[in-house]
Amino acid sequence: MRSFDNYRDLITVLTHKEMKVRYKSSVFGYCWSVANPLAFAFVYYIAFKIIMKIQMEDYTLFLIAGLFPWQWFGTSVVSAPMIFLANSSIIKKVNFPRNIIPLTTVLQDMIHFLLSIPVIIGFLFIYHRTPSLSWLYGIPLLLLIQLIMTYGAALLVSSINLFFRDFERLISILITLVFYCTPIIYPETMVPEQLRALIYCNPLSPLIVSWRNLFIHGTLDPAALAMGFAYSLVFLAAGHLIYRKLSWKFAEVL
Amino acid sequence: MNNEQVIIFDAVSKSYPLYHHITGGFKNFLFHFPRAVSQMKNHQYEALHEISFQVCRGETFGIIGKNGAGKSTALGLIAGVLKPSKGTISVKGRVSALLELGSGFNAELTGRENIVLNGVLLGLTRVEVMHKMEEIIEFSGLGQFIDQPLRTYSTGMMMRLGFSVVSSLDPEILLIDEVFAVGDMEFQKKCMDKLESFKKGGVTIVYVSHGMQTILQTCDRVIWIENHRVRMIGSAQEVVSSYVDAGL
Ligand SMILES: Nc1ncnc2c1ncn2[C@@H]1O[C@H](COP(=O)(O)OP(=O)(O)O)[C@@H](O)[C@H]1O
Ligand SMILES: [Mg+2]
Repeated sequence: MRSFDNYRDLITVLTHKEMKVRYKSSVFGYCWSVANPLAFAFVYYIAFKIIMKIQMEDYTLFLIAGLFPWQWFGTSVVSAPMIFLANSSIIKKVNFPRNIIPLTTVLQDMIHFLLSIPVIIGFLFIYHRTPSLSWLYGIPLLLLIQLIMTYGAALLVSSINLFFRDFERLISILITLVFYCTPIIYPETMVPEQLRALIYCNPLSPLIVSWRNLFIHGTLDPAALAMGFAYSLVFLAAGHLIYRKLSWKFAEVL
Repeated sequence: MNNEQVIIFDAVSKSYPLYHHITGGFKNFLFHFPRAVSQMKNHQYEALHEISFQVCRGETFGIIGKNGAGKSTALGLIAGVLKPSKGTISVKGRVSALLELGSGFNAELTGRENIVLNGVLLGLTRVEVMHKMEEIIEFSGLGQFIDQPLRTYSTGMMMRLGFSVVSSLDPEILLIDEVFAVGDMEFQKKCMDKLESFKKGGVTIVYVSHGMQTILQTCDRVIWIENHRVRMIGSAQEVVSSYVDAGL
């Protein structure tokens, strides 16, 4: 039986390895996780603010507050299909809880997200705002919800992809669709009244809206929080169900 | 040697579904759904058929047979990375495996980082691995290469690292899958000496090899697998001589 200490070290060592293998160095990985959403923010700013003249104040800040948390979810899920494949050599050799591998990927992207919060703070100051005290409990709460949701989704995607190797393509299309269905580059208030309920059928919506309101206004809506939490549990349950059904076959198909 | 059985295979069969129908892709699966499902059920390849044997604590147990006989499958089942399709397997003790070359390693990490990775995968804590680090590096004889990424290693160097790791981390049950052949003479000798000291120390060893000489030297008992079935189990002397007589 593995001890708690072993589990802890397994997670830290695998997370470190993941970082090194994916980005060659941790500094580069961090730069990537900051530069990527910033670049997108820039593009959307040009497209929507300058060209289409969207009627919104502080649009850049608005974009950034939503794009950073999205970056975490998006990167984790898009890289999920390759997770088990990239670790086939250890899966075929040692019997260990394989769900630790997607967990470390998600944790690594979470660390990058945490490290990018100072960038968001920088933009707050540019727009003459300040971080709020509510971040102290708001950030841990939303982190937990997003961690569960992202882990569940990554577990689901990575397990299925072992058996259907073209699942990866489907996921990259799906994630783009979800991105545009989530109020990230537009506020939910712009969505026509009749369609607004539909927006909340998207599991990412309550989460991203909560992050943005927390970052910009320091507010946390309990209803959105509860909804996000419920969705995250659905992801976790679905991920685990599929993982438990398939995991004993992993070594056969790798 | 006492008689406590630490590995028990009871009428174990292992079938591999021919997964390529599915790994052919999701699209393929959806568009040929009925056929894909029936293929999944019917197209099975039986790699082991009703295999039974027991290994006692401290014993060195050899597995011989032709390529594709199912030897590596048997080791995978002992290691717990594969599940039997039928029958039961019981394994008591921590299993350290030296399977295919490079298994358990990551090509981008250095030798040193791979040692830590392997250690925690085998169930140790990082501190425990660190305590053994110098001993492992010393045994491997890799010198300065230990801080190079693994993709620069030759197969022999990879084997050196693999064996040094599993052998330094107090194995209880050691699985070895025909890997020694790639090491140089000097290191092969070192491995054999180490195996000898494990035998004295009461470590259970399951050893797959095509080298009949080493099988004779190291193993107490041997199983001969042919056509995915047990052809013979017995003392190393007995089984190896029949195997050689059969002209294989
Ligand atoms: N993951 C797998 N999927 C399908 N067939 C496999 C798999 N692994 C092994 N086999 C098949 O099972 C048989 C036994 O393989 P193996 O145990 O590796 O043989 P050995 O180690 O004795 O050479 C072989 O015919 C091989 O093709
Ligand atoms: Mg083999």
